[in-house]
Amino acid sequence: MGSVPNEQGRFGAYGGRYVPETLMPALLELEQEYARVKKDRRFQSELAYYLKHYVGRPTSLYFAQRLTKRLGGAKIYLKREDLCHTGAHKINNAIGQGLLAQRMKKPRVIAETGAGQHGVATATVAAMFGLQCEIYMGTEDMQRQALNVFRMRLLGSTVTGVDAGSRTLKDAISEAMRDWTTNIRTTHYILGSVLGAHPYPMMIRDFQSIIGRETRRQILAAEGRLPDCLIACVGGGSNAMGLFYAFIKDKKVKMVGVEAGGLGIASGKHAARFAGGKPGVLQGTMTYLLQDDDGQINLTHSVSAGLDYAAVGPEHSYLRDQGRAEYTSVTDDEAMAAFDLLAREEGIMPALESAHAIAHTVKVAPSMKKNQILVVNLSGRGDKDVQQVAKMRGITL
Amino acid sequence: MTSRLDRTFAQLRQGGEKALIAYVMAGDPSLEETEQLVVELEQAGADIIELGVPFSDPIADGPVIQQAAERALRSGTSLRKILLMVTGLRARTQIPLVLMAYYNNIHAFGPERFCHEAVQAGVDGLIVPDMPPDEAGPLKGPAAAAGLQMIFLLAPTSTAERRTFVARQSQGFVYYVSLTGITGAKLLNVADVGKNVEKIRKVTRVPVAVGFGVATPEDAANVAAIADGVIVGSAIVKQIAAHQQKPEMVKQVAEFVRSLKTAMRAAQPITR
Repeated sequence: MGSVPNEQGRFGAYGGRYVPETLMPALLELEQEYARVKKDRRFQSELAYYLKHYVGRPTSLYFAQRLTKRLGGAKIYLKREDLCHTGAHKINNAIGQGLLAQRMKKPRVIAETGAGQHGVATATVAAMFGLQCEIYMGTEDMQRQALNVFRMRLLGSTVTGVDAGSRTLKDAISEAMRDWTTNIRTTHYILGSVLGAHPYPMMIRDFQSIIGRETRRQILAAEGRLPDCLIACVGGGSNAMGLFYAFIKDKKVKMVGVEAGGLGIASGKHAARFAGGKPGVLQGTMTYLLQDDDGQINLTHSVSAGLDYAAVGPEHSYLRDQGRAEYTSVTDDEAMAAFDLLAREEGIMPALESAHAIAHTVKVAPSMKKNQILVVNLSGRGDKDVQQVAKMRGITL
Repeated sequence: MTSRLDRTFAQLRQGGEKALIAYVMAGDPSLEETEQLVVELEQAGADIIELGVPFSDPIADGPVIQQAAERALRSGTSLRKILLMVTGLRARTQIPLVLMAYYNNIHAFGPERFCHEAVQAGVDGLIVPDMPPDEAGPLKGPAAAAGLQMIFLLAPTSTAERRTFVARQSQGFVYYVSLTGITGAKLLNVADVGKNVEKIRKVTRVPVAVGFGVATPEDAANVAAIADGVIVGSAIVKQIAAHQQKPEMVKQVAEFVRSLKTAMRAAQPITR
């Protein structure tokens, strides 16, 4: 496998730049500016400074002893992105793009959010850098994640509800793209996952790749060898790309992405793009989509707002076609059970997104050998989900 | 053979007139009514009809056209049914018909099959708002083979380099987006639009039509003074939505289109 994407932003057949002409000059400008900062030592050291002193990196790679014992198979390590400032990996990217917005002299940033984690990360970075900030969020997600909505407002951002379509992440992205089209001269769009038009999937992967670089170093220090398998949940897929990227050339390291199986693939109520979708174009990029025969985008379902999206990042489509990564799904119920398990065995409440990665771990770890090593990306913490978990159990707080 | 689009622009130019390009969402509220609208809008003075293909996630469109797409999808509209309607329409009118479709609907249909069947049905041109010429590779060959004209868009943000790159690939006309924004936004500065239209004319001989934000007969007249064509979308779709429950809907919308064309004819032409 050569280096992807190519100059047109293609990961094999996927990716590209399917956007209105109004956005093309801004994407080209962003691509050039990003190419410059990638090589710019001052930018990179500034980024490293904030990641260390503001985000709290490196995050630990924690050996989950009790979970390992309970499952009785492979040694399980958790990459603790939940310990990042704001509670998820999303801030790695938000800091990078916030610095870029400053360099491009854009006083205003916008973002979409599903679970609210990227919205909170963007609102946080905007406050820290003194940028004006507006966050788009589906009204369905605003209900599911009321706490994060309030957090963003406390941080000084405007949260705008999107009442179209499924009222979730997909519709928030469309609305953010419309805002960007309208306010392109003053505004940078801080997209939150490895989605959208080139250069976003590449740039966001790069900003998140610190997860895998740290993990590689940490596991070598702890075990003296690379892990046998990496597991991460995949909505758009930025935490997964962030973990996988440093290991792509290590062919012996298996990589598994876990999609949202919702109420089960057969029910049609899920967000498992690789199980139920086919390639197409949505919101700027060619990738696997959940769509009908006419190319209309299907409604998705997941207990986790951050995985509840009809498209997957184009590089994941590419890795899957290449056979380099595997993709599977777990149901809402399996994710909920994993949420409980990790809370009780390890004293860590995972985000419902990350609980999907734990749920798959529960399935595969027992049949692995005791000397094998699993690394699971614990992409976010579950505090934001406590209200929803209570609600699902019929408990009023 | 000259295309219907090229012929229409040439005839209008000879008569000292500008093209009125009327947009309707196919299937809003039903394909039968769309067919009726096309015939009546031609009678009322529309020179070219742009037929929207409803997509579930239209990123370039404002709320008016988004809602029209939702209504059209609810009435069961699909690209296949739209092409069937166009086939029927061709027995009644020879007005140039341009489809405006998001790429995923074409991708799902199959680009080659789409170009072939669209031209067979009687479609003249294609606008894909989320596909700049940079990504149009898979469509260009089949479109050229079938004789489907590919219309590309330019925007106020387009650089000189892109203006040349895009305008030279556009066939039938160049679609100049009057504002940095989405459909249905408010037109602000006609003088600026005029300057940009002039810049486009310097790099292509293809006519330049202006769309986005043209809402009133006055707007239409102002834009007619500076461009070869005036595209009216959201304002027409709004009329359709306002009258959709009434039997006289088609007539009402035709009256609005007539008022646009009347204003354009009365506008002081700026000769080139």
